[in-house]
Amino acid sequence: MAKIVIFNIIRFLALILLQVAVLKNIGYYNIAVAFPYILIVLLLPVGTPNIVLYILAFLTGLSIDAFYDSIGIHTAACVALAFFRIFFHKITIELDEQESFNTPSWGNMGFKWFSTYILLGTLVHHFFLFLVETFSLQNFIQTLISIVLSCLCTLVIIFVISLLTYHKKSRIIN
Amino acid sequence: MKNLWLFLVRYNSVFWFILFFVLSLALVVNNNNFQRSSFVNSSNVVVGSFYGKVNSWKEYMHLADANKELLDENALLRHQLQSFISNDSITEVLETDSLDDPSRYGFIVASVVNNSVNQKNNYITVNKGSLDGIQKDMGVITSNGVVGSVLNVSPHFSTIKSLLHPTTKISVSIDSTTSAFGSLVWGENTESRFAMVRDIPNHVKLYVGQPIYTSGFSTKFPKGVKVGYIVQTDIVTGGSFKDVRILLTTKFEKLTHVYIVKDKLAKEKIELETLNEENNG
Repeated sequence: MAKIVIFNIIRFLALILLQVAVLKNIGYYNIAVAFPYILIVLLLPVGTPNIVLYILAFLTGLSIDAFYDSIGIHTAACVALAFFRIFFHKITIELDEQESFNTPSWGNMGFKWFSTYILLGTLVHHFFLFLVETFSLQNFIQTLISIVLSCLCTLVIIFVISLLTYHKKSRIIN
Repeated sequence: MKNLWLFLVRYNSVFWFILFFVLSLALVVNNNNFQRSSFVNSSNVVVGSFYGKVNSWKEYMHLADANKELLDENALLRHQLQSFISNDSITEVLETDSLDDPSRYGFIVASVVNNSVNQKNNYITVNKGSLDGIQKDMGVITSNGVVGSVLNVSPHFSTIKSLLHPTTKISVSIDSTTSAFGSLVWGENTESRFAMVRDIPNHVKLYVGQPIYTSGFSTKFPKGVKVGYIVQTDIVTGGSFKDVRILLTTKFEKLTHVYIVKDKLAKEKIELETLNEENNG
């Protein structure tokens, strides 16, 4: 248990560092920006209680917001991501597995499950992020383009990170 | 009652979601509408000193540019000093306006520890704060243009709302001599090099390459700071005002040092204005 907590804290620090020290300076005019920090929320242990999950997502968003000077925007997107995560886990993971504290990673869950999970999660997060940021439906096409292009950037970086940290364990779902 | 409880437990994720989502939206709205000073921004000690550390590595890459900029400014100041000395006999004759008193404005040098140009709302963090005499709403300039205004201040850091922000509005004049005024906004741009000047009266003759200066109406900026040059004049908006697109002289992506403008008469002006509010209330 202590090992899981420490792993998650290290992941939190490393991804926030990557996001604000490196990726904040890279991007094409707010049109294509990468936010791989969402892995912090996506990779929390499967059995995390809902309320804890929401609080951690809220705090993750708030820390990113502090560095981006955009109070509330990333927080809202992260909370939406936490909601998606709960829903997705409920319909795809078997009941007895939902109680375990496994990390829902590539090695644990298999590529098919993991890629769907990351793809949909990124879409949900970026959709809420850009919608709350614009706070209107004006220029919706432009917002949509930003969402799609940013999703691609985020996905590429997330898969690179996942490949680098890949190690195969006992498979839960084939 | 039992059913209600079961219902709440079964859909607890939805209720928590609504609660947290509304909470974060409240944060967004609060921050956008009132710009209250909150703790969670890059002027707080943790975030500010982190960016300070990162910047201490990054600034080596911009040393050449920063040096060149300072040399250029030195040359300009030396040039101005020369004309000041040689025109000595004339200045005695000229009447001095107390509002144009050159000692009215003080400048505080600060170095940029964090800067963004590719967001929708861009902010800058600098390494001087309230201990160095910086207050909210002060104007910020560089040697060759305007930057924005101070948004939040902590003892050692302050955040600046950059010109590249949808709500920044700066009063500017076309040329330093004509009496035509407009307001400078970033507009619908995504590029950090261009901005718009809005609400210029239709009768004013404009041409490409015409310089734009600050008007000095507010206490934020002194009069006559160069802002940019007109690059496009034929933007039709339909009213009795016209818009122009300008090329900014400030290089936002290469910002290393900024000057924070301290207006010595600001206190007097604000005291006078609070008297107005007392009368109203």
